[in-house]
Amino acid sequence: MKVNLRNPNRTLDLDGPISIVALLQKLDLNRESVLVIRAGTLVPGDALLAIDDEVEIRPVISGGSS
Amino acid sequence: MIDVRRHNANFCSDHFMKLVRDQTQKAIDAFEMLHRDERVLVAVSGGKDSLALWDILLTLGYQADGFYVGLGIGGYSDRSGAHVRAFAADRGLTLHEVDLRDTHGFDVPTAAAVTKRAPCSSCGLSKRHLFDKAALDGGYDAVATGHNLDDEAAVLFGNTLRWQTEYLARQLPVLPARAGFPRKIKPLVRLGEREMAAFCVLRGIDYVVEECPMAAGNKHLGYKAALNEIEASSPGAKQAFYFGFLARAVERFADAAPAHAEAGETALCARCGVPTTSEICAFCRLLEKTSGAEPVNLTVKGRRVPT
Repeated sequence: MKVNLRNPNRTLDLDGPISIVALLQKLDLNRESVLVIRAGTLVPGDALLAIDDEVEIRPVISGGSS
Repeated sequence: MIDVRRHNANFCSDHFMKLVRDQTQKAIDAFEMLHRDERVLVAVSGGKDSLALWDILLTLGYQADGFYVGLGIGGYSDRSGAHVRAFAADRGLTLHEVDLRDTHGFDVPTAAAVTKRAPCSSCGLSKRHLFDKAALDGGYDAVATGHNLDDEAAVLFGNTLRWQTEYLARQLPVLPARAGFPRKIKPLVRLGEREMAAFCVLRGIDYVVEECPMAAGNKHLGYKAALNEIEASSPGAKQAFYFGFLARAVERFADAAPAHAEAGETALCARCGVPTTSEICAFCRLLEKTSGAEPVNLTVKGRRVPT
């Protein structure tokens, strides 16, 4: 399974199947801070990712202090 | 399709987009931000919040045009501007633009280097001045910004940590117009940052995902991360924090923020004519400081180097 991460852009190859919750735990990511996107749309939190899936984990936190 | 844990609910795409629009309308109505016959100028950055806000206001039937400030933050600004222009062009919308360097002879990296202050300081100062001017010159009734619940909760967290009572008194979702300044509204205060990103994905809004290289590591982002840790174990904490403040605390700080006239804002800037507490307003002082300064470029790691 390919996992594309942002800021900076990089790709990880991970074993599947794996749930979204388990994937984010494995990567030490807070669910409040990211979206998981597959084929251009959102992946539900309870979905299971297959070995041949490719997903993007997109950070949602942005902004300066102005 | 998407879970919103503070609502303890999962939403399909259509119902989630309805939720986002309904929450925006609810904020507009509850805080009397905007009337149907008014014109609003949306401050757009190319990011998810401002582009989503523009889209939502139009869908809700408001008369909304866009305003973009080119901040000169290297390739990041180039890409941000491209997203804004594509968004407006694809939808046939009116977009106003000002480029800081072309119009005022400086950019944010240069201002940060000259003032030796955080880049967000001169960035925010410049944007506020230019948004106000564009709104007044264009006859708009209000300026709308894409500040969301996470933004407001993080600012509140920072202001509370240091008990900055004057800032606490003025941290409201709507600031009324006063002489020389348009009304400022934040229609997304009932929506979290994750919800706005999800809205953009589902709505097909192409926004700049990368973070501003000059904001990396700033306190505001640290406050957001801290609040998200709390939110993960206590869904709804950010909403309770911010809306509890508005409902039960903000009025207690009213004495800390005297009316602008009482605070000495009775003169007009000798250069640009906006109301100010001193002879020259903060933006014109920034113009003076950056005048003739060597332009500063960014490296790929966001470090500043002279050209």
